[in-house]
Amino acid sequence: MSESIALPLPAQHSRIAGATSESPLVKSLLIGTALIFLAVFLFLPVLAVFYEAFKKGAAVYFAALVEPDAWSAIKLTLLIAAIAVPLNLVFGVAAAWAIAKFDFRGKQLLITLIDLPFSVSPVMAGLIYVLIFGAQGWLGPWLSEHDVKVIFALPGIVLATVFITFPFVARELIPLMQAQGNEEEEAAIVLGASGWRTFWHVTLPNIKWGLLYGVILCNARAMGEFGAVSVVSGHIRGLTNTMPLHVEILYNEYNFAAAFAVASLLALLALVTLVLKSIVEWKTRESVSDLSPEPVQK
Amino acid sequence: MPLLLRRHSVLPGFNLALGCTLLYLGLIVLIPLSAAFIKTASLSWPAFWETVTSPRVVASYRLSFGASALAAAINAVFGLIVAWVLVRYTFPGKKVIDALVDLPFALPTAVAGVALTAIYAGNGWIGQILEPLGIKVAFTPLGVLVALTFIGLPFVVRTVQPVLEDVEREAEEAAASLGASRLQTFLRVILPAILPALTTGFALAFARALGEYGSVIFIAGNVPMVSEITPLLIITKLEQYDYVGATAIAVVMLVTSFVLLLAINLLQRWAGKRGAKGQ
Repeated sequence: MSESIALPLPAQHSRIAGATSESPLVKSLLIGTALIFLAVFLFLPVLAVFYEAFKKGAAVYFAALVEPDAWSAIKLTLLIAAIAVPLNLVFGVAAAWAIAKFDFRGKQLLITLIDLPFSVSPVMAGLIYVLIFGAQGWLGPWLSEHDVKVIFALPGIVLATVFITFPFVARELIPLMQAQGNEEEEAAIVLGASGWRTFWHVTLPNIKWGLLYGVILCNARAMGEFGAVSVVSGHIRGLTNTMPLHVEILYNEYNFAAAFAVASLLALLALVTLVLKSIVEWKTRESVSDLSPEPVQK
Repeated sequence: MPLLLRRHSVLPGFNLALGCTLLYLGLIVLIPLSAAFIKTASLSWPAFWETVTSPRVVASYRLSFGASALAAAINAVFGLIVAWVLVRYTFPGKKVIDALVDLPFALPTAVAGVALTAIYAGNGWIGQILEPLGIKVAFTPLGVLVALTFIGLPFVVRTVQPVLEDVEREAEEAAASLGASRLQTFLRVILPAILPALTTGFALAFARALGEYGSVIFIAGNVPMVSEITPLLIITKLEQYDYVGATAIAVVMLVTSFVLLLAINLLQRWAGKRGAKGQ
């Protein structure tokens, strides 16, 4: 009996192996399809940016970057990210603390509302601030009376950017902090640590990589946002033009070499973002595998 | 379990954290968004209806919804293949390619727009191959499709990839040992397991494509009635100081986004249940 079962096994085994993986032909076909699709849609555009930027030589490239309007666009973009990212960082940590560490009514609704800016068109993000702060808006008359400019000025651009990048940090931290549970913080509190001390010494070390991940994504989007900023900026050269808007202006003037030179900086930012993101993902996996042996040792 | 309940928690900072969250959320997101609805309310119902169903606006819906759905479908097919290849096979450069899948998230949309236009224009790398064949991509609705496909690419890959990693090989082996062919195993065992994720990825890509502006306007040509997307129409109305008209169209898009967001949440709950059942 046992022999009759054992006998057909080798043959069966090879058939199973054939049926749980694809034939080499199918496999190379699938890999080929995936690579061609990604090459056409992802790699070619990035390559095109650098090719067009350097087509007329390095001298033209660098001249386009040090030109005063380009320079002020770069400075404005950095300034906006420097305001918007810390604001969303603080909000993200507060939201994640409330949502991940406590149970309360309406939590699911709150999570959905935090995700809202992701599903709203960037154009909408600009429009709503025009409706409030614009000349015809709710606060428009009061603002012009007090000589405060929001729309077509820095505050409006910052607001639109904050709206667009609103969920990044919170979204990264909530699942991470939920997965980590409350035990470590509770132990710290019971042992007499204050709330802040617990946060700095217990929570923060646990979430640092997730936090960094959220900040990197938030920053990339803050520097690269186009639609929302385009509505509120007014496109004033040297004043309210961010880098993506400067690319648009140069492009529409058929100054392609300069447009792609500025675009290449943003493409470089995207590539750096992807590299940092991969490093953080690798670190997170490392810290997770550092943690996992502990329960086994217990 | 009781520890999880808010009133039993020993952790401090709930009121401060929730207070900050709600204040910030209200000021940045909720009050401004409600402004759009209040502004629209100043229109009478017939005027609103006339604005949002005028021929030029309807043509833009047709393009925006049609191109977004088609782009999301293309991404569902090729995104699944990319996810499959990244999860199941090893080949040189896999890690780099895996990282680069997120490029559309990281690359500013304006940069994507000018780059795609440069490639697909008549004298571009791909344009000069396609143009003699009679296929014009840049400055046509086809260009809109290309830009929206680029934008939605990571959504399907990134939602399907983790689910595909979790599919139990045992189930495939069982199907195979019971005599199923590889294609049958894929269609009957693997596909049902990843279908909720695939649908979620499709919906996310669709929702993103619907609101996309930056990458499209460079490549679309923006001809009214032909290659003009709805977000662009909103901006055009704003530039003509037709705030009410712009807001009315925006509210239509906003309500669509809400419905999509709700559908995505339900889909994810479905996916979660599937996952729980699997365990």
